[in-house]
Amino acid sequence: MDFQLTSLQVDLQEATRAMARGLYPSARLHQMEREGLDRAAWDELAGAGVFSLRVPEADGGVGLGSADAVLVLHELGRALVPGPLVWSHLAAGLDGCDGVVGGLERPGPGATAVVQHLDALDTLVVVDDEGVWRVERPASLEHRRLDPLDPLTPVDAVGSVPRGVQVAGPEVAARWRVEGSALVAALLSGLALGACDLTVAYTKERKQFGRPVGSFQSIKHLLADMLSRAELSRVATLAAGVHLDQPEVGHTERIVAGARVVAGEAAIENGHRAILSHGGMGFTWEVDAHRYLKRAWVLDATFGSVDHHAAALAELL
Amino acid sequence: MPPPDSRYGDDVDLTHSAAERALADELRAWLADAVPSLPPLPAHDDLRARRAHNGLWQKLLHQGGWAGLSWPVEYGGRGASPTDELIFLEECFRADAPAVDSNFVGLLHAGPTIMVEGTPEQKARWLPPILRGEEVWCQGFSEPGAGSDLAALATRAVRDGDEYVVTGQKIWSSYAHVADWCELLVRTDTDVPKHKGITWIAMRMDSPGLDIRPIETIMGSGEFCEVFLDEVRIPLANRVGAENDGWRVAMVTLSFERGTAFVGELLSARRLVHHIAELARLVPRAGGSAWDDAGIRRDLARTAAHLDACWSLTKWNVSEAARSGIPGVGGSVLKLQLAESNFDLVRVGMRVIDHARVALEDAEIAGAAEVVMESLRAFAVATGGGTLQIQRNIIAERILGLPKEPPWTSS
Repeated sequence: MDFQLTSLQVDLQEATRAMARGLYPSARLHQMEREGLDRAAWDELAGAGVFSLRVPEADGGVGLGSADAVLVLHELGRALVPGPLVWSHLAAGLDGCDGVVGGLERPGPGATAVVQHLDALDTLVVVDDEGVWRVERPASLEHRRLDPLDPLTPVDAVGSVPRGVQVAGPEVAARWRVEGSALVAALLSGLALGACDLTVAYTKERKQFGRPVGSFQSIKHLLADMLSRAELSRVATLAAGVHLDQPEVGHTERIVAGARVVAGEAAIENGHRAILSHGGMGFTWEVDAHRYLKRAWVLDATFGSVDHHAAALAELL
Repeated sequence: MPPPDSRYGDDVDLTHSAAERALADELRAWLADAVPSLPPLPAHDDLRARRAHNGLWQKLLHQGGWAGLSWPVEYGGRGASPTDELIFLEECFRADAPAVDSNFVGLLHAGPTIMVEGTPEQKARWLPPILRGEEVWCQGFSEPGAGSDLAALATRAVRDGDEYVVTGQKIWSSYAHVADWCELLVRTDTDVPKHKGITWIAMRMDSPGLDIRPIETIMGSGEFCEVFLDEVRIPLANRVGAENDGWRVAMVTLSFERGTAFVGELLSARRLVHHIAELARLVPRAGGSAWDDAGIRRDLARTAAHLDACWSLTKWNVSEAARSGIPGVGGSVLKLQLAESNFDLVRVGMRVIDHARVALEDAEIAGAAEVVMESLRAFAVATGGGTLQIQRNIIAERILGLPKEPPWTSS
């Protein structure tokens, strides 16, 4: 047992952090709220191997594992990087699934399908119990634009989702549900830490009563809780990634569901605390605190929610 | 095992190596014989019998070559890595072996301190009986006026010839009334800043002038004691380290923490999750069982998720200690998260056992009393070794680098 990062993983993490901060500084994120997904920045992510990370080298990918993917997505979440990151990552290497790939679980009969980032998508993938299906030119589907909760996650209601072309079988669909949960957990754990970073920086600077508010114990303890939540979810999510790479350790399903619960709760709770710790400024559009909470809420509605995964975990007790 | 200065390994790895599996197998085989040979565990409040039981177990461990697993070989241990120590604790727990209990201070606190700071004579006198389970140590650190602010301790030691004469009061000394020795922090200089006038000495617990009284806790009686010292005479030869250097000596012990401090509590909590799940399936509720309640299932699963995450964090911390040789900052995070998850868990447990919570023994539902007792013990887990508030201060100041709180004023 050696549950620590390798030097390659530390490099990967630091390079991803630097890239995410460089491509998506706060001011740029604010611009993208008006302009939509930045295709050039997306192509840089793709060029760096964010999506082809786990595709074997022989197939033109980077050939890394799920733990590495967790580290990368954690950093992207921490920097609030927008876009259908998890779907594009899962679909990488599948036939015709290049570019910006969005996805969804096939809605039941009569249920409304909501697709994220529809305008930006080159391809849409649909997962059901039979497998994975590819839908071409998703933007041409009949749709109605919704007012999104997260300013960087546009959402559209789609009238009906075509059957599409099958690109993978049921075993891949089943695997995606587990891997997708772990990868969403990684984004959520990154959000939890990003909200903490933002709040620590603010409370060190912001002065009231003649001193930084971060020197008051009431604020410190709140921040200590934010950090410990983020840290617990970071480690839980990394463990989920390692379990996916080393299924012989056992209990993969339980560890992934657990990581998703812990990370989902941490991201939402830290988003709340970030807004509150900024006082009145936290209620303004300008300050990024609300972006962490909104993204957490939206992400927690993908690949199952905290409640969904808690209920699944209960069946394993 | 990589060399201790190696920062990185070849792989992030949760599997056990061949050597680790061999250790676990060897231990499992030994435990399968040793544990059933023990007499039954004495009652919770029969501390004299518990001490004897703990001593017997420690003797068996010693005879089997398992005593002081993480102690250096030169002091009779096996010099095991933090990972091996984690395997040892896990296997012992799985085999229902007794916890370290009354031997905790000797094996994990006073002993390691003496190893680093003691003279050759002190090491020869004190270390072997700890390892063999013959002598029990207790701790005389906290005082009524020195809890979170431990360095404010006021128990006074004055030199008289080749002895210290010590007067004061200590509190939260586990097993003090059945211990042989006490690792005692005393004030030897009152004219210097508080950290600079403290000395570490070993006191015999049968010394004249000692009055030891059990503390009645929210669980009733237990192992915690108050110790009153009235002109207790302690030889200067019992001092470990220099006079007035006791704060540093006491802190040396912390460097022995290798990420395993909360393993016992964490394993107990994870076992309690399954106990509560079993109880929930048995407790009748409106035509079914408590397990039919989706709220209970979900809340229990939430705590299971958090405790599983704490277990991953333990592996992270242990692996970090194995690489760097020093404990990381993860200990405070783990303590905080474990304590909070433990509270969440026992709250679900109380909801599950419903009416059976009113008694400290099983009346309506077998196995309910354990939930009640754990609901109370959770506070000891949370507070022992530093309150949650102190853990939060440590995280905020040492990890997040937030400014120190200004001195409190009434204006």
